[in-house]
Amino acid sequence: MDLSAINPVLFIAGFFVAATPLIFAAIGELVVEKTGVLNLGVEGMMITGAICGFAVAVETESPLLGFAAAALGGALLSTLFAFLTQVMLANQVASGLALTLFGLGFSALLGQSYAGMKPPRLEDVDFGPLGDIPVIGPVFFSHDIIVYLGLGIVIAVWAVLKFSRAGLILRAVGENHDAAHALGFKVKRVRALAIMFGGACAGVGGAYISLIRVPQWTEGMTAGIGWIALALVVFASWRAFRVLLGAYLFGGLVQLQLNLQGAGVAIPVEYLAMSPYVITIVVLVFLSRSRSAAPGSLGRIFHASS
Amino acid sequence: MTTPLLSLSALTKAYPGVVANDSVSLDIGAGQVHALLGENGAGKSTLVKMIYGLVKPDAGTMQMNGAPFTPSEPRAARAAGVGMVFQHFSLFDAMTVAENIALGMENAPKLGALSAQITAVSESYGLPLSPDRIVGDLSAGERQRVEIIRCLLQEPKLLIMDEPTSVLTPQEVEILFKTLRKLSAEGTAILYISHKLEEIRTLCDHATILRLGKVVGECTPRETTARDMAEMMVGKLLSTPTRAGQTAGDVMLTLSGLKAPAPNMFGISLKDISMELRAGEILGIGGVAGNGQDELLAALSGERPVAAGMLRFKDTDIGPLGPKARRAIGLLAAPEERMGHAAAPDMSLTENAMLTGATRMQLQNSGFLNWPAATRFAERVIAQFDVRTSGPAAAARSLSGGNLQKFVIGREVMQKPEVFVVNQPTWGVDASAAAAIRQALLDMASEGAALIVISQDLDELMEISDRFAALNEGRLTPPRAAQGITVEEIGLMMGGAHDMEVAHA
Amino acid sequence: MIALVKRPEPSRVFSLAAPLLAVLATMVFGGLLFAVLGKDPIEAIATIFWEPLFGEFAFFYRPQLLIKGAPLVLIAIGLSLGFKAGIWNIGAEGQYIMGALFGAGAGLAFYPLESAFIFPLMVLAGAFGGWVWAMIPAVLKVKFGTNEILVSLMLVYVAEQFLASMSLGLLRNPEGMGFPGSRNLQQYSSAHNADLIAGSGMHWGVVVALIAVIFAYVLLARHRLGFAIRVTGEAPRAAAFSGINPARLVLFCLGMSGLLAGLAGMFEVSGPAGQVTIDFNVGYGFTAIIVAFLGRLHPVGILLAGLLMALTYIGGDIAQSKMGLPAAAIQVFQGMLLFFLLALDLFTNYRLQFKRAEAV
Repeated sequence: MDLSAINPVLFIAGFFVAATPLIFAAIGELVVEKTGVLNLGVEGMMITGAICGFAVAVETESPLLGFAAAALGGALLSTLFAFLTQVMLANQVASGLALTLFGLGFSALLGQSYAGMKPPRLEDVDFGPLGDIPVIGPVFFSHDIIVYLGLGIVIAVWAVLKFSRAGLILRAVGENHDAAHALGFKVKRVRALAIMFGGACAGVGGAYISLIRVPQWTEGMTAGIGWIALALVVFASWRAFRVLLGAYLFGGLVQLQLNLQGAGVAIPVEYLAMSPYVITIVVLVFLSRSRSAAPGSLGRIFHASS
Repeated sequence: MTTPLLSLSALTKAYPGVVANDSVSLDIGAGQVHALLGENGAGKSTLVKMIYGLVKPDAGTMQMNGAPFTPSEPRAARAAGVGMVFQHFSLFDAMTVAENIALGMENAPKLGALSAQITAVSESYGLPLSPDRIVGDLSAGERQRVEIIRCLLQEPKLLIMDEPTSVLTPQEVEILFKTLRKLSAEGTAILYISHKLEEIRTLCDHATILRLGKVVGECTPRETTARDMAEMMVGKLLSTPTRAGQTAGDVMLTLSGLKAPAPNMFGISLKDISMELRAGEILGIGGVAGNGQDELLAALSGERPVAAGMLRFKDTDIGPLGPKARRAIGLLAAPEERMGHAAAPDMSLTENAMLTGATRMQLQNSGFLNWPAATRFAERVIAQFDVRTSGPAAAARSLSGGNLQKFVIGREVMQKPEVFVVNQPTWGVDASAAAAIRQALLDMASEGAALIVISQDLDELMEISDRFAALNEGRLTPPRAAQGITVEEIGLMMGGAHDMEVAHA
Repeated sequence: MIALVKRPEPSRVFSLAAPLLAVLATMVFGGLLFAVLGKDPIEAIATIFWEPLFGEFAFFYRPQLLIKGAPLVLIAIGLSLGFKAGIWNIGAEGQYIMGALFGAGAGLAFYPLESAFIFPLMVLAGAFGGWVWAMIPAVLKVKFGTNEILVSLMLVYVAEQFLASMSLGLLRNPEGMGFPGSRNLQQYSSAHNADLIAGSGMHWGVVVALIAVIFAYVLLARHRLGFAIRVTGEAPRAAAFSGINPARLVLFCLGMSGLLAGLAGMFEVSGPAGQVTIDFNVGYGFTAIIVAFLGRLHPVGILLAGLLMALTYIGGDIAQSKMGLPAAAIQVFQGMLLFFLLALDLFTNYRLQFKRAEAV
């Protein structure tokens, strides 16, 4: 075992890469849950985004077009969920599961001819001299645009939820859909839009895995990150900045685990690989006491009876 | 008279199987306090929903200041100057007062400016309310103020109030009436919906009486007796239940220092409740909604058991026992919410009979359920309590509110409880069914059962109680004889002006 | 204008018709999907649904129906108990793996001893393995209010890693020349879950699946506990009022579904699969979710749905080898089925009302 093989600067910089898929998926789901909808299809939307992004990036040789396609793919799949739960009033848990099962199969179908390919590389943003500062440069100023976009989206979601009227309406719909309806707000429309936003975010998160983190396409490559994103929303008590915190903590753990594997620590690889899931469970146990922060109408079906 | 502010002519609205409003016409003048009087199901709610743009009329027209008025949604109605305070507040518990008010406004200013406006309006109309508080922490009276202030900030020409006093203490009612009179003096018309006659006589200039969707009369309340208005409203004379006047028997139930934590963030904790309940008596428990009624029922029914020593049934300590064990020894209960709490809406009446009757009616044998016996039990409840339904196979949700209430009360009564606790036994039930339910409760007491009746209808409590107590923020006042008690005394027991405390909070 | 109106009572007719309509709709849209993939849709559908039952080699495929259907039915029966009560165990795949590991481990521990006690012991160990794995989310939910959906799912990934570790380590066949995977239990007669009638596909797992169907039927229709499950799902507050203890139900439903999933895994690994390998599990735990819903959470429905889903697996394999239809297409096909079912379910509780647009 050789822990000195771990370069602390690269290690910390790796946090951002490991956390970005989670940040996208979790912030999207946070918005969805804030409107009172529980979409368990995050994993399915991520994997769909992963293949859509990968395929388009390979075909067009533009990673950014790939990310756009991933957002579109995720949003399209989530529209199916919106249709089921908002129009057909289907159970949200079952519909979310269906979305995940379908997304896993659908992505495998789309991805058949892309296995083993290398996607085009997305260049890091050039911060000029900032990137040359020792330690700080490589840690903060040596990432691709998507990493910074993820940060930007978290800030934007926070600001919209806190300060704008749209955010106020969004929260109101999630808090008490009957009261929101009585005030004349379009509950279903707000929810459908939020679901599509969540889908687009999850898609981008998935594409970040296939285009940057791995970078390659394999079936089922999201490997539960969508589910961890769902846990992260609970961990964050439905607050945007705590999503960021949680994602970095988690990204750090994944990074640590991978580095330990690389350094040949005397723990079998399988046990290191299961550690993120075990840690997620442990965190859930510690946080489930604060459920009261959940939006009041979370998971309930809305049908205007009047 | 000049052009009325709002004029309705021949409004009609039908739902499958029922005509909710049948050619209803009425005029409301500026500054007028106009009462809309009628029993539950008379069509009052449908009428105001049409004015507020929630429901579209099938036929008929509305005019506002002489111009056609056809609100397609509440937003349009609000823009035209109609404000409405709902009976069940459409508020968001986890948000602040200011955020709630902002949601109800078309062009809400920034929250800071809005807070200042809220404070200003609340002071000028004598409705103390702090804009930064979380709505879930407010009392029912304060929550109503949120709705009223939300309406007032829009400077409405017409304010609709749907049963506003059902959640208020007598003292709070006084405060509300002062506010309403001030508004009326400033030229705002008020459409006041109620079935409480004395209130209407005190407050309103004019009354329109609805029965079964039709206008059956109009009057000037100050010049009409409550009895005459009641007759117009009900259309027939009701049999008044009579107390058999039994002397109280043995102590059946003892609460000693009963405490229970709040079930959730916005619930009420029960604080040190002590009292005795005797065989053959009815203890009426009044109080403003949300002061611990549901929590008290849950503690007594066993849904939320309490610590050992806090609750005794005859000589047995039953504090930690659950509902099944309490039912087995003779303590039964019926909660307020019939749909989803007392009964499972999508299940049949037979299954709902099984729900609480399994033990006492011997509907099960070593864990296996005897469905034919449950059906027979359900049939007996249906027959004895005159439940209108297609039969025991009907789903609970297919019954009207009143009929389901008769079923869930009947289901418990027919299990012959020794102690029976019921919350809001006649809520939302038509007058004749309510009378039947009250009579059943009185009969139980005269046969020796001990009853606790929790209700927000003071008239009902006065009619059937031997003793009276009130719940206030999870505390129970010492019970006192109901005979000769005055409205002022009741008001003080219910906590009087406790809501006024927030003014300096 | 079309409006949705809630029916006064759930429609029994539609509750039965919805799964059939969903299957039909899936055939139509699945056919379209196959057409897009450049396959003849009619031939593909016929290959999937007709070939295994009545085709030239039906004698070979029919027993497969039992072999693939049994684990699906067994797992779905367990899941349906929880789903009915609003308790969502979606980690059956993990419980299935753990059941297989415990079962196989118990058998292999005695190798090469031959004894009639070994197989029953493996059954117990398999049931225990699945049960223990499901009790983790159950106990965490009861004690800490942790979300059972997330925990049970996380445990699938943990179980998969555990499986990898076992087939590379403790359970690896010492005579396997270093290849990952355990000894083949089919060659260890005391531990082999063989066909009860040779070539029929009827192994012990099939028998237990049928027993589970009957057990669940009686439980739900006639027993207090089954009634408690149904009330809790329909109206949780009414259940609490009537005195049903939700914690006990969580423990029972999750425990039961884990136990059945564990049994399914054990019967699979000791019979059709034969050995513990890194990827012996093929996603039955997830497909069983579709089976449970398609069967309307009703034991008899689940039996039929399990057989239908087994048919799509077998037919899908045939279509894959005969027509080159990708394996993933079948997965999409199964996912579609669940979508249509969930969508059509609306009409069990609501009906459409057509009315002319109102003049405003």
